[in-house]
Amino acid sequence: MHNDLTSQLAAQVRDALARAAPLRIVGGGTKPFLGREGAGEALEVSGHRGIVNYHPAELVLSARAGTPLAEVEAVLAEQGQMLPFEPPHYGDRATLGGTIACGLSGPARAYRGAARDFVLGVSLINGRGEALRFGGEVMKNVAGYDVSRLQVGAMGTLGVLLDISLKVLPCTARQLTLVQERDAQESITLMNEWAGRPLPLSATCHDGARLYVRLSGAESAINAAHQRIGGELLNDGAAFWRRVSEQQHDFFQQGRPLWRMSLPAATPVLDVAGLCFMEWGGAQRWMVSDVPAEQLRRVVTEHGGHATLFRADEQSAVRFHPLPAALLALQARVKAAFDPKGILNPGRLYAEF
Amino acid sequence: MSVIEDVLESNATSNDKLALLDALRAIVPEQAVLHEEEDLRPYECDGLSAYRRLPWVVVLPERVEQVQAIMRVCHQRNIPVVARGAGTGLSGGALPHEHGVLLSLAKFTSILNIDVANRSARVQPGVRNLAISQAVASLGLYYAPDPSSQIACSIGGNVAENSGGVHCLKYGLTVHNVLKLDIVTVEGELITVGSDALDSAGYDLLALFNGSEGMLGVIVEVTVKLLPIPERAQVLLGVFDDVEKAGTAVGEIIAAGIIPAGLEMMDTLAIQAAEDFAHVGYPVGAAAILLCEVDGTNEEVSEHVMHVREVLCACGATEVRTARDEQERIMMWKGRKSAFPAVGRLAPDYYCMDGTIPRRHLAQVLKRINELSREYNLPVANVFHAGDGNLHPLILYDANQPGELARTEEMGGKILELCVQVGGTITGEHGVGMEKIDQMCVQFAQAELGQFHALKAAFDPRGLLNPGKAVPTLHRCAELGAMHVHHGQLPFPELERF
Repeated sequence: MHNDLTSQLAAQVRDALARAAPLRIVGGGTKPFLGREGAGEALEVSGHRGIVNYHPAELVLSARAGTPLAEVEAVLAEQGQMLPFEPPHYGDRATLGGTIACGLSGPARAYRGAARDFVLGVSLINGRGEALRFGGEVMKNVAGYDVSRLQVGAMGTLGVLLDISLKVLPCTARQLTLVQERDAQESITLMNEWAGRPLPLSATCHDGARLYVRLSGAESAINAAHQRIGGELLNDGAAFWRRVSEQQHDFFQQGRPLWRMSLPAATPVLDVAGLCFMEWGGAQRWMVSDVPAEQLRRVVTEHGGHATLFRADEQSAVRFHPLPAALLALQARVKAAFDPKGILNPGRLYAEF
Repeated sequence: MSVIEDVLESNATSNDKLALLDALRAIVPEQAVLHEEEDLRPYECDGLSAYRRLPWVVVLPERVEQVQAIMRVCHQRNIPVVARGAGTGLSGGALPHEHGVLLSLAKFTSILNIDVANRSARVQPGVRNLAISQAVASLGLYYAPDPSSQIACSIGGNVAENSGGVHCLKYGLTVHNVLKLDIVTVEGELITVGSDALDSAGYDLLALFNGSEGMLGVIVEVTVKLLPIPERAQVLLGVFDDVEKAGTAVGEIIAAGIIPAGLEMMDTLAIQAAEDFAHVGYPVGAAAILLCEVDGTNEEVSEHVMHVREVLCACGATEVRTARDEQERIMMWKGRKSAFPAVGRLAPDYYCMDGTIPRRHLAQVLKRINELSREYNLPVANVFHAGDGNLHPLILYDANQPGELARTEEMGGKILELCVQVGGTITGEHGVGMEKIDQMCVQFAQAELGQFHALKAAFDPRGLLNPGKAVPTLHRCAELGAMHVHHGQLPFPELERF
């Protein structure tokens, strides 16, 4: 099961390069809905799997990209550790590589950091069919450009991820979730006030009527923060946050299209018709809305954010927020620096590359 | 000193220089363009004074449009540009180019906006690191990364080097604490990477710019994340009669599920130097001390202090001190933060290394450094960001003794190669710059260096930005014939190396 397929995958990429045949990188196949539609021959990477290195006292884990995310989490849990960015799975077969390529982070993101914050190193195959290694297994490393973090959220367009090294953290001693009735605007204000105070917050969300706050840390710290924040204790908070993260919460069953808006956290409630579910202290807002894409994006841009058409029934030409011309041209050049013939997941991120 | 190579063949003449001066004076006032030798002298080096070179011209703009216009002029004339902040860098990253413009960002010193609700600050690149925290302290906020030079170093340079500090293990490096950058490209275009939100669309160019050493663009504005000041911070000082025991204690603290805000180690020579310099009551004669800071809520800190004390004792600490009050806490840190200048008094010169290793190899790496110290007859003081494995061996030497700098550099190179051999890196936080350009050939294979060059060309196809730094040419590595050691995989793994 635990195989190193590096040379085989590199040969496949070189073969595709010779034929100028685009490749569609496939891991667990749990996130084809995300981004633009993939095209080309499937390059299966889920066989390249296994934990390569894990030293709990170093707080570092390295695993092959095809390793199931659930396996990574289970191995960490055995040692009382976790992936601090709590990535969503969106399916049982989710892989570590797909998670990093999509740059997905869960409920703790605003308080502990994002997937990109915990990536220490990667090895990858670029569009020339070369197997390369960047970064490493140490927390501090400024030798060479930070190619590792650049892969996070690149949707496989810059390289086929082979191995990924991550910083991990100990699980917190205790965790509890509080719930209180608040409207959206009140919640935005409160979440951001609390975030400016030394409180052990680890997740917040607002479902349209109620504000949920998760506290994580030492027993004593949590109890003191509970006094300060108030609210009723929610039973089985862990299951609640899992439903939110995996988009199994009722909110996400209310139709399409589903937009993801990324905004400065304290942005007031937006004047956009539709249903809204807020996370990350207000910095991530999900909307089910029929407002035309251009209009919705204009409002989000005015507030300094960007919007992704996250789930839609029909394939749309534009999924990620359009970039200003100069930045788009620069990103196209970055793409070409890794994949000059444009064979790796072309068009998955933007139509232009 | 290493041979400094120029990527650009220069045919520059004095006429070209006069024409450039005229073009620059059309953009900024006459006094903001320096070209006489006595005016250029202060810019000949950065914090790594072993490397010195006079720039052709220094220009000190004060507005972003001026930076854009300067870049357009230089681009048009194919003139190299080296950006410089406070000049405190330790790898020669701001070493000037003799036929290039040194672009000083020293006049960009304004804090433009503090957004309390979103906990961020928009600042110009010349703002000092510590000035940001001072400006927001009354709001109960601070900017977390705290390099030892924080009183002087500027935020633009921090981003260019992805600076660390003593609190990285818990609060991250510069890359984890910056939200948005305004960049002037080599062509003079203004672009924004990152955003006021937690992420932005497309590739994460924000991450790429952190630590890019002025090779990809000129940083003209920085938006940093601010954090709430912890309710309480407490520091413990553990005294050890054996470096290995101190190293074990570091792993045990983390294994106990505690992420200290800071975890620092110093060895005998460093302790002695710091004590002589700062008089903070360090135990002179001890083999090693560990400084462990825990922060958080009042209750949490009390719990963790007890726990850390137990771990230190269990690992064989001969004494554990806890700061009685804030003043004592500051004193305990003062010794550590002044370690570099303190060691600087022990010898005419010192050379600061910056390798990072997986912590489990600490004991064998320190042992090997001691052996090298004896072999080369050069004393070494070790200061160590123990929590994240970042070593700062300080090699003491005298530049006035013929050949001593060369020997020091050779020994330093061996220490860095040792770091790579055990799976670490040649630089944890100071950058490659000019100093570690040869060791890059040890850490990376040709194909990886080739990828770096391709990436650089996407931003700067003609190689005008900070030429000759950060990434060596393939030709240079080939000439050196350096042994590429890849992540602990040695050419002859069966040979004993420690």
